[in-house]
Amino acid sequence: MARLLRAVGPALIIGIGGLVLWEVSFAILQPEGFVLPAPSEIVAAFVENSDEIWAATKNTGYIVITGLIGGVALGVLWALLVSRFRTANETLTPLSIALNAIPIIALAPIFNAWFGLLSPVSNQSIVVILVFFPVFINTTKGLTEVQPDEIELMRSYAASTWDVSRMVRVPNALPYFFTSLKIASSLAVIGAIVAEYFGGRQDALGPLIVQNAGLTRYADAWAAVLAGSMLGIVLYLLSGIFERASMPWEHAAETAGS
Amino acid sequence: MTDKPACAVEVSQVTKVFNVGKPNQVKALDDIDLTVSDGAFVSLIGPSGCGKSTLLRLIAALTHPSEGTVCVNDKSADQARLDRDYGMAFQTSALFKWRTITDNIELPLQLMGWSRSQRKERVAEMLDLVKLSEFGDHYPNELSGGMRQRVAIARALSFRPSLLLMDEPFGALDEMTREHMQTELLEIWNRTGKTVVFVTHSIPEAVFLSQRVIVMSPRPGRIASDISVDIGERVFETRESPEFFAKVTEVREALRFDHGADE
Repeated sequence: MARLLRAVGPALIIGIGGLVLWEVSFAILQPEGFVLPAPSEIVAAFVENSDEIWAATKNTGYIVITGLIGGVALGVLWALLVSRFRTANETLTPLSIALNAIPIIALAPIFNAWFGLLSPVSNQSIVVILVFFPVFINTTKGLTEVQPDEIELMRSYAASTWDVSRMVRVPNALPYFFTSLKIASSLAVIGAIVAEYFGGRQDALGPLIVQNAGLTRYADAWAAVLAGSMLGIVLYLLSGIFERASMPWEHAAETAGS
Repeated sequence: MTDKPACAVEVSQVTKVFNVGKPNQVKALDDIDLTVSDGAFVSLIGPSGCGKSTLLRLIAALTHPSEGTVCVNDKSADQARLDRDYGMAFQTSALFKWRTITDNIELPLQLMGWSRSQRKERVAEMLDLVKLSEFGDHYPNELSGGMRQRVAIARALSFRPSLLLMDEPFGALDEMTREHMQTELLEIWNRTGKTVVFVTHSIPEAVFLSQRVIVMSPRPGRIASDISVDIGERVFETRESPEFFAKVTEVREALRFDHGADE
């Protein structure tokens, strides 16, 4: 408990301190509402509209999570192919880089035309493509950047390519993969909300932000933004928990040391 | 081990050229002849670029000669690798950080299809041999450099190969740990009767450990001299004896090439 407090304490102090400063300075300066509402107003709006926000968060969350799973699966599969087969590397890597060079969010209106304005598929596709790239690049790096001695050792045991992949390359790629998962989980939330500005279900966070901002209900718009960032934080923390559970050796040294 | 081979390692007229036909073509080894008899402890010593590691990797069949042949236990080096006739230890220890010490030692046994109970029994024996019995459940990053090297040696010996190939295994250790590890390695060698080919660039280490020190010269790598070290049983005082100093001097003199400043 003391250790937990020591770990999160400084961040907590800065966070709470910032909020207090924000609230107090707004009470004194009283700026116009469109600049930025005070934290208390945002929280009040959040509580007041909690049913609507919760429903919208669930809808956006569905797009985020399905898109994230799709993009991660695609990225990992692509990385496995590229690291295993030379020809796959020569053809798929430039293709992925070209794909990433497209401003992906700009595709949203086009995807809406393809899949239908209200279909979730177009928004899911945006998230999938957005998530794919960091996962692919990082996982490939982890699968290929193995210590030469470790590969030679496996060769000295006359191990098969499959054994080398399974016992060396995949575990070696885990830290790289989890780093990319953390990046991807934030990207997925951004991608989903921005894609929702252009189409998809109307009872989701993106439209909620657009509508409230349009009606000058800025506190309500910010409450929806707050819900979006909470979604991102939850996904980030979940990635961290998966990471810790999959790589016990990363934390073995610190527990041994204390 | 069934019947003993006539010689554990036989390298004949081996030349190794890297980057053939390219501007950076380099002759790493030139006309190497080396025979290591079964059960011997032989060190390869020389400055960087003399090809000692390349020679070791040729014996391990991790690379192949440009000319000449390499035999291990009376068969081709490739066949010996496929038969898992040798165990290898590296300077980096090359332990997998995601495996516990037990799982690291078990790795070759797993690849070779040993049953769970056989593996468990053998790992316990090996941990005992390298005096790390209490550390089986730890991860490599919880161990000191010397302990990690002991695990690497245990792993190399776990599947009972007749030959142990070591590439500067103690190169990254401090002097005290290093001397301690040398004594332990000799103890293991005495108990197991393995053939050892040991690459090092430390003269006292080569003299202390080996029955034979092969001195190599650089660019291209050649065998400059083959010095037999008969200074009796190695004990703590050995390193302080005049015989030891005489041999160290002999090896040092043999390492005096007229290349001057590139080391």
